[in-house]
Amino acid sequence: MIIGIPADIEDMDGPVSGSFGRAPYYFIYDNEKKIGHFVQNTAANAQGGAGVKAAQILVDQKVEVAISPQLGENAAMVLRDANIELFMPEDGSLMDNVLLFKDGKLEQLNNIHEGFHKH
Amino acid sequence: MKIAVLSGKGGTGKTFVSTNLARVIESSIYLDCDVEEPNGHLFLRGPVLETDPVALPIPVVDDKLCDGCKKCVDFCQFNALAYTGQRVIVFDKICHSCGGCEIICPQNAIKEIPREIGKIEIRSYEDTRLYTGMLNTGEESGTSIIGNLLQKVSEEDSVVIDCPPGSSCVVMDSIKDADYCVLVAEPSIFGAHNLKMVHQLVKLFEKPLGVVLNKTLGDENPSEDYCREKGLDILIRIPWSDELGRYNAEGMIAAEQKGEYWQMFSDLLHRIKEEVKG
Repeated sequence: MIIGIPADIEDMDGPVSGSFGRAPYYFIYDNEKKIGHFVQNTAANAQGGAGVKAAQILVDQKVEVAISPQLGENAAMVLRDANIELFMPEDGSLMDNVLLFKDGKLEQLNNIHEGFHKH
Repeated sequence: MKIAVLSGKGGTGKTFVSTNLARVIESSIYLDCDVEEPNGHLFLRGPVLETDPVALPIPVVDDKLCDGCKKCVDFCQFNALAYTGQRVIVFDKICHSCGGCEIICPQNAIKEIPREIGKIEIRSYEDTRLYTGMLNTGEESGTSIIGNLLQKVSEEDSVVIDCPPGSSCVVMDSIKDADYCVLVAEPSIFGAHNLKMVHQLVKLFEKPLGVVLNKTLGDENPSEDYCREKGLDILIRIPWSDELGRYNAEGMIAAEQKGEYWQMFSDLLHRIKEEVKG
């Protein structure tokens, strides 16, 4: 199973980013191979459609579980259509949240906002 | 001649100035480009003679033909498309209708179909013809409606363009064909700041411009200070008045109610004509 989490810095001990579409990086962790890497979010500074493109990055990374404190409705539509499960992070680092997810301690994400389109 | 009336914020008196100006011009055309909240027809009142729908082409993907190559997704500069492994999702409101995805699809799986985003209502009031652009609630961009509105008039027409407030894309679209720009400003620090914003925009377009100082009160007027500092022409000063407020609240055209207001807007028109003649 591959897990994707928005990140502010390229450090697995760093925090989960508060934004999904505008996060500078995503932490991609392969739970079978036990290795993680970071991909850059090329949509971070997009004028519009950042959430759509960011979701596409996770789909292309073959992510099956996304952990994010919040999500825009466009991004959620893409992730759900790709059958990616959505979870809320707890306090702690990226890696802490990977472990919490593995232990079944994260709750499903219901905080879908209407997006910050053009605001 | 096309006169655009604009301001950096709402409520300064764009529609007040535009509708009155349209009335003192013989056989004028009034274009309401404030498509998010058009209100000129509340003053220039007449039955709707015709309604033209405005639609934008939006891609529709045939899932049976799509082989998931993602060329369309990678091509789209607006991030309006996503491929989920199941299908391509099109985000209508992000799409800019460029048509690129249809051209680039190797499977010919994409066809554009029109999606209605608003309409233009045509009315007639005395010898003024009104074209009112109306963007449907929930739509994000009215630029295509403004484009359609501008196509309704020809070079010989005498046109007043009531612009949207601010200095965004829709305002730029509204003034691009204008021969002259009238900037309406309020006598406050906030008003002067907004005047500066539209002034900078109009300067970019290298259009001749003049300022109408609306709702003036006594001596202090930061907008007038700005005009002096930048050497901008002040076309007229319209004093704050309960009477004008009343006419406005009742949907009346001030120039039709009193000779002095007819004269005021005729003078404004005269000034503009002189400026355009150069």
